[in-house]
Amino acid sequence: MIAYIIRRLGYAIPILIGVNIITFGLFFLVNTPDDMARMQLGVKRVTPEAIASWKQERGYDKPLLFNAAASGLDKVSNTIFFEKSLRMFVFDFGRADDGRDIAREIRMRMGPSLAVAVPAFLVGLFVYITFALAFAFFRATYIDFWGVVICVAAMSISSMFYIIGGQYLIAKLWHLVPISGYSGGTDALRFVLLPAAIGVIAGFGGSTRLYRAFFLEEISKDYVRTARAKGLSETVVLFRHVLKNAMIPILTGVVVAIPFLFIGGLITESFFGIPGLGSYTIDAINSQDFAVVRSMVFIGSLLYIAGLLLTDISYTLVDPRVRLS
Amino acid sequence: MPFQAVILWTDWLIYLLVAVIAVTIVYVRGREHLLAPWRRVGHSASGMVGLTVLMLFVIVGLLDSLHYRPRIAGNAASAKVVYASEVKSALDAVLEPLRSRREKTYSAPLATELFAKEMIEHADGSQSRDYPRLKFGGTQLKEPATDRAASIARAVIGGAATGVVVWLFLALFIAAAVAQSARTHIHLAWSALWRGETPAPWRAVLLTMLAVFLAGGAAVALAVNYHVLGTDKVGQDVLYLTLKSIRTALVIGTLTTLVMLPFALALGIAAGYFGGWVDDAIQYLYTTLNSIPGVLLIAAAVLMMQVYIDTHPDLFPTAAQRADLRLLFLCIILGVTSWTGLCRLLRGEALKLKELEYIQAAHAFGVRHHRIISRHILPNVMHIVLISVVMEFSGLVLAEAVLSYVGVGVDPSMNSFGTMINNARLEMAREPMVWWSLAAAFVFMVTLVLAANLFADAVRDAFDPRVRTSARSLKRLPPLAKAGVA
Repeated sequence: MIAYIIRRLGYAIPILIGVNIITFGLFFLVNTPDDMARMQLGVKRVTPEAIASWKQERGYDKPLLFNAAASGLDKVSNTIFFEKSLRMFVFDFGRADDGRDIAREIRMRMGPSLAVAVPAFLVGLFVYITFALAFAFFRATYIDFWGVVICVAAMSISSMFYIIGGQYLIAKLWHLVPISGYSGGTDALRFVLLPAAIGVIAGFGGSTRLYRAFFLEEISKDYVRTARAKGLSETVVLFRHVLKNAMIPILTGVVVAIPFLFIGGLITESFFGIPGLGSYTIDAINSQDFAVVRSMVFIGSLLYIAGLLLTDISYTLVDPRVRLS
Repeated sequence: MPFQAVILWTDWLIYLLVAVIAVTIVYVRGREHLLAPWRRVGHSASGMVGLTVLMLFVIVGLLDSLHYRPRIAGNAASAKVVYASEVKSALDAVLEPLRSRREKTYSAPLATELFAKEMIEHADGSQSRDYPRLKFGGTQLKEPATDRAASIARAVIGGAATGVVVWLFLALFIAAAVAQSARTHIHLAWSALWRGETPAPWRAVLLTMLAVFLAGGAAVALAVNYHVLGTDKVGQDVLYLTLKSIRTALVIGTLTTLVMLPFALALGIAAGYFGGWVDDAIQYLYTTLNSIPGVLLIAAAVLMMQVYIDTHPDLFPTAAQRADLRLLFLCIILGVTSWTGLCRLLRGEALKLKELEYIQAAHAFGVRHHRIISRHILPNVMHIVLISVVMEFSGLVLAEAVLSYVGVGVDPSMNSFGTMINNARLEMAREPMVWWSLAAAFVFMVTLVLAANLFADAVRDAFDPRVRTSARSLKRLPPLAKAGVA
């Protein structure tokens, strides 16, 4: 098991290097630091001196890949690529434009992000599976038919409408929870409730319909017929056999959803004013803080790779045929 | 020439797409084995309803893709022809009254007065603080407070009645066509049509058309004198803005897949067919791209694009061209982030296909790789391509709204559902609330995405061999056509 995990982590390293090279190319080769400086300073204040000092403040004044002026190891290490890209592997992200340490900021903002995303994710999974199983149980009846109709309609609505509608109805009209904001401790519950609930509702249509299709595919298989022939009740068949086997495609899909959890987090956090990683990224994009966006790309791919590893491990829990080898 | 045609980058690609679709239709028509799944799509009621609605959106989008610069009426003496710097589209020409009737600021749907109070100077010199009358909305009314309801009701009834009359002609025409193809009398076809016994679901399509014609007729009749969906912050008609947004949504939904398709096809098939180090390299490429969260890659790329546009202003002479190039770039970068899924599917399918006997036989005959790929593999993965293209569409339309909200979507000067929602968000905080532009974006967007979803489901059910053979879809096959019409 441990050997397997270590080997999988080994696979992750070339991918992370690839991500690093892509971001390096995007941020330093496609547009040089000079272009970024001009953009940040605005058209009027651009002078060669201003650009030079802007670059020096951020450490962008070094050569890109190879420093011919330096000696020894510094030839390679005293460059933008080493300072800005390779240092990310030890979680040294440098400073944002407002002078704060990005790594510290990320650590601080992780809590609020997780406080919203994790409950929404877990409750959502439970709700979708429950409804999908119910639709599969009542398949080819009116319950199933209207369930699917509602799912298709629900997945046609942009998540932003769920957020705006929920904020308006529950927070503004009924005053049940605050419209936006966040605070630590037990008080956080009041602020987390609405965004998490909206996250669950926004994903309902698509996921429930998908899981229903997984269940129906399993139900049409031979082992289910055998189980029924043995005289098992439909409930036992569904929970004991179908649910277990359908968990494999569901788990695969959940991993695909993890990056999407991130994008969902972006707009939810920004609408609800939650000081998490999502709103941090949006603020960075809006203020064109390249250092932060670069760091978030790195963190995002790190999370994705961790998610892939977790899925593979979770397969063994639901499917004894899968061996980690 | 009264105008000068302007063809933007995305226009070229849209024309290309239309040409590709037209050629495909001609090609498929003559080949029964290709036609069969399309016939199944044609027999699905929900799919055809979705297609009907989609076609209406497509018509608006195509009209909006014919761009031109109108000629400025100069003095006759000068021989030099001058064209306006502003690029307009055929849709603008159709909607000219809506476009040009600008109010001062917000006004509610069908209102006769502005949304906010202002100081008004009366004829006798006195001043009072009240809601001023609109410049264009309901100006024909002398006493808005008492006459407005009656005037609106008249317009709605008149417009809807006209819509029904046009629709009846359409229904008769379709019944005649059905009778022609079934070689029966038209009144038999007519009653079969309304009992839902025609092979194609004409009843569902006609009922959808009825709803569209009723709403459309009423809207046109109202638009003569009112702002049907109100006006926005700078007094622009919201109905006009919404109709203009349709093109953006369609461009994002279709061109993105058009741009990514060559990459996904070439790399996916190459990885599966050749295997070995080609497979390893391509798998590494898409795993790496996949592991960057889509929105962040898009944000990074669009930020870089913005820097490039801002530092090279001389390359983009007009604002429309700049906005258009940004839209195209957004399509490309969305394509780069979304081709990986299709690529993986194609790789798996190619892996499976190359082991089949007929391809082994082709190898044995010494057929070259590119012949095998183009003649044997490509036709057999096309159903996967088609399914994923139609399934992707609605997701991309939704993604555009989110990206525009985040600030990395289309150019702020370009009409889109995303920018509408983004602006409407600030309006929600006003007291009383400005709800109409959000509601307009909501209704149009949900209609578009829902129609696309319904159509995509029908296409998937018809083309996916797994769905086709399962017992579920057997039940869903339409009842055998009854005598008389079949």
